[in-house]
Amino acid sequence: MIHGPAITEAIATAGFTHVVWIPDSHLGTWNEALDAAPGLTLIRPCREGEAVGIAAGLMLGGAKPLVMIQCTGFFEAGDAVRNVVHDLGLPLKLLIGVRSARAAKDGKSKDSCPTFIEPVVTAWKIPILRFDPFTGTENAVLVHLNTLGTLPSAAALLWAE
Amino acid sequence: MMTLPEALAPIAANRWDHVVVTTMSAVGPWPALSDSPLDFAYIPSSMGQAVPLGLGLALAKPGRGVVVVSGDGSLLMNLGCLVTLAQHDVPVHVVLIDNGLYEVTGGQAVAGAGKTDYAGLAKASGISRVYSVDTAPEWNDTAGIALSGIGPVFIWLKIQGEFGKETPSAPRPMAEQIARLQKALTS
Repeated sequence: MIHGPAITEAIATAGFTHVVWIPDSHLGTWNEALDAAPGLTLIRPCREGEAVGIAAGLMLGGAKPLVMIQCTGFFEAGDAVRNVVHDLGLPLKLLIGVRSARAAKDGKSKDSCPTFIEPVVTAWKIPILRFDPFTGTENAVLVHLNTLGTLPSAAALLWAE
Repeated sequence: MMTLPEALAPIAANRWDHVVVTTMSAVGPWPALSDSPLDFAYIPSSMGQAVPLGLGLALAKPGRGVVVVSGDGSLLMNLGCLVTLAQHDVPVHVVLIDNGLYEVTGGQAVAGAGKTDYAGLAKASGISRVYSVDTAPEWNDTAGIALSGIGPVFIWLKIQGEFGKETPSAPRPMAEQIARLQKALTS
């Protein structure tokens, strides 16, 4: 299981300067580590579409933000994502917590989130990376965040919860 | 009330080296008032995202003033952005163009038209510098102060709505706008 300090180090190592996030019950466990991370600025918006708008401004100003939200928030943020990625052409980077992903994989969840997240991200023509923090290593999370950070286009890392 | 040109002219006269983000109806007349590389005509837009975009710009460029000219319909789609903005000591000046209408879609009334207390909303969100301006002479006298100093700042302008206006277009393609803005911000 990957914990807050490891993910925070991976985010900073990948060159991200700001984390714009709304926590869920999994991502929220990283709060203390993110707050304490040197070189990373944590920004707390009220809604996920707003997080995407803030990230757009950060990118226009030369910063390198990472938007961290749950999949439910990604569903809400659709128009902001469309605008930033396709109208503005900015390389928006997202880490999306996929609620119930592990339970769904085992056939033990009726949550619709895992069913829809990949089709919806794909519909916005955003490349997908996947990571399971329960089976992945700290080195693997470093590699995944670095890949996310260096891709020239927008991209989303789907984080199994 | 004032007209849209009467609302925009004092912004152009007092924009200094601020980035000016325009949306919706303000996009059309703005280039005649200002054609700075620090202008960003946010169109095509995602309604409600101009204030967050302005906040992001200000956070990326500490000390740089940002003016966001937003319509009331756009702000209503994302009122939480005022709460987010209030958390940050940044020189972001939100200028609300309150005409009570979705002007570019034909002039339908927005929710709460004529009743919503936007100054109250901004203050309750935690923004301490809030201006409420009804007339052009008052705005001419206030703009210099309201568009300078510490932020965030919220400025509520009451505007005469217009009907039959076409959806405005940006003065140049988005990619060109972004390249121009980023060059100006790094020079």
